Amino acid sequence: MTTIHPQANKKASIFRGVNRVRISDFVIAFIILLLSLTCILPFIHVAAKSLSSNTAVLSKSVYLWPKDLTLDAYKAIFADGQLTYSLGYTIVVTVLFTAIGMVVTTFAAYPLAISGLKGKPVFAFILMFTMYFSAGLIPEYLLMKDLGLLNTMWVLVLPLSFSPYNMLIMRSFLRATIPDSLYEAANLDGATYMQILTKIVLPLSKSIIATLSLFYAVGRWNAYADAQYYITTKRLQPLQYLLSNMVLNSGADAISLSEAAAQTSTPEVLQAAAIMFATLPIIMVYPFVQKYFVKGVMVGAVKG
Amino acid sequence: MNQRVPVARNLGRGQRFLIYMRNHWQLYLLLMVPVAFVIVFKYAAYPGLQIAFMNFKPAKGFAGSAWVGWENFEKIFRDKDFLRALQNSLAFNFLDLLVGFPVPIALAIMLNELRFNRFKRVSQTILYLPHFLSWVIIASVALTLFKPETGLINTLMMQAGWIDQGIPFLTEKWHWAVTYLLIGVWQNMGWGTIIYLAAITGIDAELYEAATIDGAGRWRKIWNVTLPCIRGTMVTLLIMNLGRVMGSNFERINAFGNVQVKDFQYQLAIYIYEKGLSGGNYSRATAVGLFQSLVGLLLVIASDRFAKRLGEDGLL
Repeated sequence: MTTIHPQANKKASIFRGVNRVRISDFVIAFIILLLSLTCILPFIHVAAKSLSSNTAVLSKSVYLWPKDLTLDAYKAIFADGQLTYSLGYTIVVTVLFTAIGMVVTTFAAYPLAISGLKGKPVFAFILMFTMYFSAGLIPEYLLMKDLGLLNTMWVLVLPLSFSPYNMLIMRSFLRATIPDSLYEAANLDGATYMQILTKIVLPLSKSIIATLSLFYAVGRWNAYADAQYYITTKRLQPLQYLLSNMVLNSGADAISLSEAAAQTSTPEVLQAAAIMFATLPIIMVYPFVQKYFVKGVMVGAVKG
Repeated sequence: MNQRVPVARNLGRGQRFLIYMRNHWQLYLLLMVPVAFVIVFKYAAYPGLQIAFMNFKPAKGFAGSAWVGWENFEKIFRDKDFLRALQNSLAFNFLDLLVGFPVPIALAIMLNELRFNRFKRVSQTILYLPHFLSWVIIASVALTLFKPETGLINTLMMQAGWIDQGIPFLTEKWHWAVTYLLIGVWQNMGWGTIIYLAAITGIDAELYEAATIDGAGRWRKIWNVTLPCIRGTMVTLLIMNLGRVMGSNFERINAFGNVQVKDFQYQLAIYIYEKGLSGGNYSRATAVGLFQSLVGLLLVIASDRFAKRLGEDGLL
């Protein structure tokens, strides 16, 4: 009894505190395990389907592991080129959108974070009112038409690139991290506000810049409604919209991959591969960026 | 700062303003960029709202179309399609709130009680994942899982002998309604916990110690310490969500749409898109959009007032 079993020791170390573990701990852990599985098994199933042979999928014997492993569906997607082109295009749109969004957001959040700026309530109202009252689809559609943005890449880049919500998060962060005395001291030293921004504020804001860039990037990556409203040219449609046409609309556009592709793989397998093709970019970066998101929400929750 | 230098006191208003601007013009210059963005891409659309009071013909433009006063609004309230869309929007938003609101709270409390730290971190990461996926991906995966003939769920249940033929989870309207709602809850359950977990972290540990000394068990502590302490957060979020019951998320509804479930899937965003953009009835769609925006704005203001009256933080 005096020797500590190595296994027992190891087991004890994964429990926090000194309280003994009760049945209810395992019940809670079990519920959370089940809920976590609902978030991950569906994607494993689709991935398994996309890597299986047509016959295995048609005989409904693919569950969570590929059967008769084959890359045919992915080869068909790459040979067809439509989705790969759209992937590259969507990356370009996302990068431009994020860069412009961050510049505009910083230009709004920085002045509004400085206390005592005259006319601040007016500017804040102008910038935030659109969050609560939108003109609606048709007036905005006509505006895009007048601006000459219909059927251009820019309709996906410019109109949504300023987000009042992200601006509020950044302003709360700046207020919490940079004290007023710092601006005053820098002013007395003769620094202009531009110099304060580039030399002091931005270097101190790296974490919020990372977080909000990710908010913008994921938002753009996932959105497809604006593409559906404003774009009819096939080559200008982002990946998500293309996927919705291929998988969700069982109409004319369904699985519009070339005939050759449809011959090597059944629609089932091709659809699974198309879904994975659009999901993988997010899943691959997700584990690395997830913690920034949580941070961003926390900052946003602190009222400025 | 410079404007506080004593000499400034003897100067007139105009001169003081000039000195102030000499020190601060760069800030205003920066602000011009976002202001220009919202004016060009948002406010410039507001004049288009006059379409709601016109019989607008795209070919004739604003100048050539006739004014009709409130006619479009009178028409939409006699329009069966609009009334159905309004009813569906309200019903599904309320159900979303009713089913979806308690889940993140319960999950946050469970995560907080969870003792196995590594497991907790990993499961949190996994539970947040659906929030990062587009509605297209979620609907596509749901379709793969729930198809009556080939979907995994139906296949498994048939193989187990529980059912004889596939359940039309996404192709019969009542089944669709339940599936649609539950997928909505599922998508948001993990992400929704963050704000509650933050509130729980802020609870004074002494409260729990005192409760322990008083002999309170786990459930008593949850009931008498955790829940009362996050009540403020709960009330604020509930009221803010109530303010959004007029909204409708086009991407979500549209992704789950198909002919068989049109009866329930037909919500305001779909009405505006189909009647307006696809159907060419710009005036009627704009009237519906204006109605939706106005009621939405009023609800947000009202819920903000209400939250503040209850002593909670508002939104505005």
